[in-house]
Amino acid sequence: MIRPDEILETIEMIDRENLDIRTITMGISLRDCASESAEKSCGKIYDKVTRLAEKLVVSATEIQTEFGIPIINKRISVTPIALVAESSDAKNYTIFAEALDRAAAETGVDFIGGFSALVHKGYTSGDEKLIESIPEALSSTRKVCSSVNIATTRAGLNMDAVARMGRIIKETARLTADQGGLGCAKLVVFANVPEDNPFMAGAFHGIGEPESVINVGISGPGVVQSAVRKLDGADFGAVAETIKKSAFKITRIGELVAREASKRLDTRFGIVDLSLAPTPAMGDSVAHILEEMGLEKCGAPGTTAALALLNDAVKKGGAMASSYVGGLSGSFIPVSEDAGMIDAVRCGSLTLEKLEAMTCVCSVGLDMIALPGDTSAETIAGIIADEAAIGMINNKTTAVRVIPVPNMKVGDTVEFGGLLGSGPVMEVNRFSNEKFIKRGGRIPAPIHSMRN
Amino acid sequence: MKSFITVIGEDNVGIIASIANILAEQNVNILDINQTVMQDIFTMIMMVDTSEPRCSFAELSEMLTEYGKKAGLSVRIQREEIFRSMHRI
Repeated sequence: MIRPDEILETIEMIDRENLDIRTITMGISLRDCASESAEKSCGKIYDKVTRLAEKLVVSATEIQTEFGIPIINKRISVTPIALVAESSDAKNYTIFAEALDRAAAETGVDFIGGFSALVHKGYTSGDEKLIESIPEALSSTRKVCSSVNIATTRAGLNMDAVARMGRIIKETARLTADQGGLGCAKLVVFANVPEDNPFMAGAFHGIGEPESVINVGISGPGVVQSAVRKLDGADFGAVAETIKKSAFKITRIGELVAREASKRLDTRFGIVDLSLAPTPAMGDSVAHILEEMGLEKCGAPGTTAALALLNDAVKKGGAMASSYVGGLSGSFIPVSEDAGMIDAVRCGSLTLEKLEAMTCVCSVGLDMIALPGDTSAETIAGIIADEAAIGMINNKTTAVRVIPVPNMKVGDTVEFGGLLGSGPVMEVNRFSNEKFIKRGGRIPAPIHSMRN
Repeated sequence: MKSFITVIGEDNVGIIASIANILAEQNVNILDINQTVMQDIFTMIMMVDTSEPRCSFAELSEMLTEYGKKAGLSVRIQREEIFRSMHRI
């Protein structure tokens, strides 16, 4: 028998602590949409996506109503387009992005991810064309998200691709200068990219995945913060235990929603991604959880340890709650999407270097960070290389999603709007790394990758 | 299929009667009621059978929300699985 206090607890989480399902993402394979004619291929892509995802938004709304849990985003992820477009005659893959954009508009989803390439060992012709098309594709579409994987623990770090992505990010910012460089908010550079991440901008439908899946991304920083607040001065063991229990409850809802969506859409259930994903709204901040643990401001000494505890406790609690856990699963630290992070940057407590340290113990990397507009492509490449090295050596996913905002400098704020929030432009080390980046080639895989 | 209706707000005459009426009209049977008034805050939880309502779940939810708006109360209906999944191993 469900007790009244349990019912009220759930309602309190939803009403007052911002508990919600952050996203339902349908992954769709476009492997069978390749064609020698780019036009034909785009037609197949549009048809398949709109056919399979036709009821996605409607079903999500029904589930939201029946269970009383807000489902904030409905999204689609597809096979990395570099693979799909490769056999075609197109020299520029923007038309593929446009086809995805039209399909996204038709199905009513808010983002479609997968304008992507995997180049950790090197480029194929399709990979190169895709990457070169990214700036134009992201500036001429609204809902398309792009990602490029440039390193894995097994393959090493492709520094040629790193250098190129530095330039691509700059060019993307330039082409979307009138929107504060918004194109870069839809572009992620990865190391050890997961194949089933439901969150944007890095979502794509991996090659080992089936025809279609439903993946759910949960959220709930507010719930965790509230639970920690009730603990007063309790020791770290108690804090970890409390976070574990909250993560369990949150993930259970994700699992329920995933199974319901899977049933209604007649699509296989993939995974629940138990990531604490903040939003700019009050009471929905990961930084505030860390501060609740006893830090005056996120970024103060102890922040990395706090985040390590949080990330690990979330995984432990969540793993018990769901049969299939995947994606990024941990804690996100996107600066512009977290009220507490924004605050901490503004008052000088949180720096880029501290964020880099934090990426060692959480599930993403340097995310949604606004940089000065005059930051060089080489500097951005260096930032990517550093993050990729952390991911490669530590066998984890890391990523970089930075926005060099045209015409802005440290102290300015760029407004992206909605869930993408607003970003205070952060300070970057100004010393040159040009000779370093110019070397090119690949950094070999670390020795512990030889596990066989 | 069981669901829970939760009503929270300022206590007033006729809350249970009004909701019971809506439910009866839609062929939704009330299986259990739990209710307290603490410091003038009225909290009621009804377990109901939503297997064969006359209208759709969404319509029922809408009717209850409408009533809540008129009466100045927070009224919601949720399928029981959400609570079961969260609070039971």
